[in-house]
Amino acid sequence: MLRAGERASSRTMLRVFAVTALLAVLAVCCAVIALGLGEMRVSAADVVRALVADAGPALETVIVQWRLPRVLLGLVFGLALGLSGAIFQSLTRNPLGSPDVIGFDAGAYSGAVLSIIAVSSTALVIPSALGGGIATALAVYLLAYRRGVHGFRLIVVGIAVTALLGSANTYLLLKANLWTAQMAAVWAAGSLNGLDWGDARNGIAVIAVLLVPLFWLGRRLRMLEMGDDAAAALGVAVEPVRLALVVVGVSLTAVVTALAGPIPFVALVAPQLARRLTRAPGVQLVPSAAMGALLLVSCDAVALNVPPQALPVGLMTIVLGGAYLVWLLVAQSRKEMR
Amino acid sequence: MTTPLPTAAAAADDLSKPPDRRRRRLLGLAAAAAALAVLVLLSLALGSKPLPIGEVAEALWRDNGDPRIIVVGQRLPRTVLAVLVGIALAVAGALMQGLTRNPLADPGLLGVSAGAALGVVLAVWLMPAAGPLLQVWAAFAGAVVTACAVFLIGSLGGRGRSPVTLVLAGVALGAVLQGLASTVVLLNANVFLTMRSWQAGSVADLGWRAVLTVAPFLAAGLLLAAFAARGLNAVALGEDLANALGANQWLTRIAVVAAVTLLCGSATAAIGVVWFLGMMVPHVARWITGPDQRWILAYSCLLGPSLMIAADVLGRVVVIPDEIPAGVVTAVIGAPVLIWMVRRRNASGL
Repeated sequence: MLRAGERASSRTMLRVFAVTALLAVLAVCCAVIALGLGEMRVSAADVVRALVADAGPALETVIVQWRLPRVLLGLVFGLALGLSGAIFQSLTRNPLGSPDVIGFDAGAYSGAVLSIIAVSSTALVIPSALGGGIATALAVYLLAYRRGVHGFRLIVVGIAVTALLGSANTYLLLKANLWTAQMAAVWAAGSLNGLDWGDARNGIAVIAVLLVPLFWLGRRLRMLEMGDDAAAALGVAVEPVRLALVVVGVSLTAVVTALAGPIPFVALVAPQLARRLTRAPGVQLVPSAAMGALLLVSCDAVALNVPPQALPVGLMTIVLGGAYLVWLLVAQSRKEMR
Repeated sequence: MTTPLPTAAAAADDLSKPPDRRRRRLLGLAAAAAALAVLVLLSLALGSKPLPIGEVAEALWRDNGDPRIIVVGQRLPRTVLAVLVGIALAVAGALMQGLTRNPLADPGLLGVSAGAALGVVLAVWLMPAAGPLLQVWAAFAGAVVTACAVFLIGSLGGRGRSPVTLVLAGVALGAVLQGLASTVVLLNANVFLTMRSWQAGSVADLGWRAVLTVAPFLAAGLLLAAFAARGLNAVALGEDLANALGANQWLTRIAVVAAVTLLCGSATAAIGVVWFLGMMVPHVARWITGPDQRWILAYSCLLGPSLMIAADVLGRVVVIPDEIPAGVVTAVIGAPVLIWMVRRRNASGL
């Protein structure tokens, strides 16, 4: 009995490992292809040569100076969003409990719009987006709190608050001049446009710092999934660990939102897709991160190169992610029907 | 709220109803009509230049200079439009709540308005020269596809399912459609300019042209709604019992989808997406009348425009001489109502 269970568990682990490795390899391949796409097409071999060895100054400038920061940020932001989604979905024990569904994005956007209109520049966007997002997430959590936070209640409160903020934003943009309004609209859609090495260095540094505590928190998150009492019995300090996880999760999304605008549904979809591929019983951090990186980098390459004019990647993820969410709910309902 | 078994009321409606209940419903209807009349007067009188009621009445009958220009030229068309949109959204919401048996159904929340909006955006983009009538038809096309999708999702799943699943599916569907619309809008500065004011749900400055464009479709939608009301009462009994009663459920469903498409599509084509009005009004109506769909629809026809006009007037007087669009005001009122509804112990109630 025990040995059978052990074998099944080690098979699951093997599968998780293989899927994660495959996703990571795919993400890197997508990144290399994305580096080669654009006004000037570059073959994959030349891209690799430009990255690891000397390939002439022209290729060096295009690949390393111009395209690499965007693609790197695509990978790292995707990773951060996947992790953040996995943390929240695991904490709320609900596939829909991801930060974009519970109103974080709408709050960050409101903060950004307010600052863009108030000082009519993008200088204060990052701090005000962070403030708006965190305040909204907190408000949604408190409004949904009634003897514990029931998953669906959290989500519907998130929808209501999102709608409220959305209307307020529409009104604010109506009052702004056209140029300001369009600037805010582009930021709102979530885009990696115009991010350079400076942004990339900052973003990657902050996300790397946020990853460190996750090595320690990750195991405890798995224990929390078994229920607060069981986790406490296993020696987890439940409330401090939960608070730390929330802080890390919010910060991961916040960094992405501040630099690129709200990129919806990656945090929602990546952990779920990863869970289906790995066939693991719960949401897992590392596969979700790999999935998020793959999703974002490939969506950004498509949004940049396929339409006649570069689109914000957020529009791509909202259409794909929303469609996936509809399918997920329909599939769930049909399963219940049988 | 007065019958212990909500589903029983519809079948036994005319036979066992105590006469005082009918009188109470009629009295309530009269009170609602009076409230609507008062609000219409307020809407004609209030604004960046408030006018006394006497002058308003005078302006309606004969030319008395400035008041006539303000009242008949500007406030009357926007008031009529607010009435039409209020009726359309409230009745559409009541129909959707009746058919899906879901208390949270709302044209905005379930993505039907987003579908209509996508239709309008596509029409503005592809045929910028075409008139508002084409935009209305495009809105119908978007609304009918979304309404069918939403009702299909709603018909999946077993009994006792959380009403929230449908809302989530609708919100996701709405997000997809809105994302597609944003794509078009961001790719074209012209469309962006046209859509910016329209997205906010404002009834101001649209004039008689918007009223005349959507009025015939609204009338058709209301007729269909009246036709579907009795069938909806049977739907409320559940599928098996409704079949046993010999109700033609497919006819009801088709009529409801067509009515929702006409009502919601024309309202959205006129003023953009308005959230929560279609969710709140039928609840108030149900709270007053009980579960009979015919009475709920009748009350919605009076309460919907009242709420819409109240939102418009409020938006006008809060930030004089500026204005807040009515759609923004309804969202600000509606979001707390939705939160309150899900915070209650039992979120179903249908």
